[in-house]
Amino acid sequence: MSLPRNIKEQFPLLSQVVNNHQIVYLDSAASSQKPAAVIEAMNDYYRTINANVHRGAYEIAAQATEAMESARSRIAKFIGASSANEVVFTKNATESFNLVARSWGGQHLSQGDAVLITDMEHHANIVPWQILSAERGFEIRWIPLTVDGHLDLTELDQLLDGVKMVSLTAMSNVLGTLNPVRKIADKAHEMGALVTVDASQYVPHLPTDVQDLGADLMCFTGHKMCGPTGIGVLWGREEILDSMPPFLGGGEMILDVRKDGFTANELPHKFEAGTPPIAEIIGLGAAVNFLESLGMAEIRQHEIRLTEYAMNSLADRYGEDLRIHGPKNPSERGGVLSIEYRDVHPHDLSQVLDQRGICIRAGHHCAKPLMKELGVGATARASLYVYNDESDIDALIDALEPAGEMFAL
Amino acid sequence: MSGLDDLYKEIILDHYRNPRNRGELDSPPAHRTEGFNPLCGDEVTITFELSNDSVSELRIAGQGCSISQASASMMSAAVKGKSLEEVRELTRQFKSMMSIHGEEIGSEASDLTPKAVFELGDLEALRGVVKFPVRIKCATLSWNTLLTGLGELEE
Repeated sequence: MSLPRNIKEQFPLLSQVVNNHQIVYLDSAASSQKPAAVIEAMNDYYRTINANVHRGAYEIAAQATEAMESARSRIAKFIGASSANEVVFTKNATESFNLVARSWGGQHLSQGDAVLITDMEHHANIVPWQILSAERGFEIRWIPLTVDGHLDLTELDQLLDGVKMVSLTAMSNVLGTLNPVRKIADKAHEMGALVTVDASQYVPHLPTDVQDLGADLMCFTGHKMCGPTGIGVLWGREEILDSMPPFLGGGEMILDVRKDGFTANELPHKFEAGTPPIAEIIGLGAAVNFLESLGMAEIRQHEIRLTEYAMNSLADRYGEDLRIHGPKNPSERGGVLSIEYRDVHPHDLSQVLDQRGICIRAGHHCAKPLMKELGVGATARASLYVYNDESDIDALIDALEPAGEMFAL
Repeated sequence: MSGLDDLYKEIILDHYRNPRNRGELDSPPAHRTEGFNPLCGDEVTITFELSNDSVSELRIAGQGCSISQASASMMSAAVKGKSLEEVRELTRQFKSMMSIHGEEIGSEASDLTPKAVFELGDLEALRGVVKFPVRIKCATLSWNTLLTGLGELEE
């Protein structure tokens, strides 16, 4: 089985012409494109059943609630959650991390404690801990990297000593590295720590089962997995979420409010203050349907094949002039290729590629501590998804050479 | 859509390949100030010395794209030897050229047509950057950093 050959046609944006070239979209690690099915699901909601959820007694309000809750159930099943109550909707993965840090961290972390993260984390899994640490005085430790872009676990036992929470990415958004989450989680659990997983780059690209990962909490976002922006997910084991205090307060998250206080709602509503992004939740549900129709195992195989093609073709054409950060073996990484090409600064490279309609990301990818470890200020990153094929890679490869000529030092 | 020729003029690439006043002065006695472009990770470190209210020496270090490096190089050449008042005026003039609507967003300048006090010379080559709004911050990074540095000295 492989992905449908005409899959690009299901993404309206990919037929756009930019700078007189049909668009070549290679920035899905930043945000994926949306299939027509997702866009239509959101339109249908606004056109036919738009109403607030969990309150109206009338027909369309009931339908809106049903559409939202059925999306929650499908998302729960998609990641192997035990129950839909374990799926909390947030704005994005960043908000999910802030929820975990503020709610769980606020309850459990103080001076003398430690949180263990890694050198390849996105700022979303760094700064919320730093904000809390500045108030509480706990320590933040970092798992270092090996030269080939894996986590260096040789000192893991010492690093875990006194740690209450391990929070790590399942796949690096810069290096593409797939981390041994289960192995680290098992060790963390032995030492009495919980594990939060950043699955923003993982859930869209690989079959995901939270039980297999050994996670206690997991954060991911909708817009990198064919869904809309403005919708993220926090998954957590029910007993852990149950024990955590509310994060944001307001409507929807309460059972009762009195002048002398409030009683928090049950899961998952306890963490969903205010009117939720209903259309976005329905859109994310449609995205899950879309990905399941392709098959997550097929998506993973497609991306391994394409990553291998890209790495081999780039090496064949440019040899020593080009370097790709992260693991060399395509089966140990996702389709995220951070490229250094001759002396061309990533920003300039991206600008030149844009003239051919090629979209790549130049910058620090919200991973400045990692940039420092790599000894670079920025990288040029091409990232792959279901709709990419060899022609996209070929376009990228052909466009590098003129950029190199232009900026040769 | 503008072509790349509007952005990457030969004089810009020349400053990029052969940056003027590159390096760092010993600090102290030189004043040292750092600037960051949070969007793309560009970093600039400016060290400078004043004598008789003029910028007598100035060096630029850091890393960044051709636009940020060229702009820093041109700035270093343009401000050396100028009085503080002249540096501020030149900066205002440059940032005005770099603004889409006649003034830098967020600046306090209200004069939409600032009188051109200085010949911008090489700096004119950066005019095309305005057509690429994402890159404006690259071009203004070193200038804003210098302003910060001058402000720190006044405190």
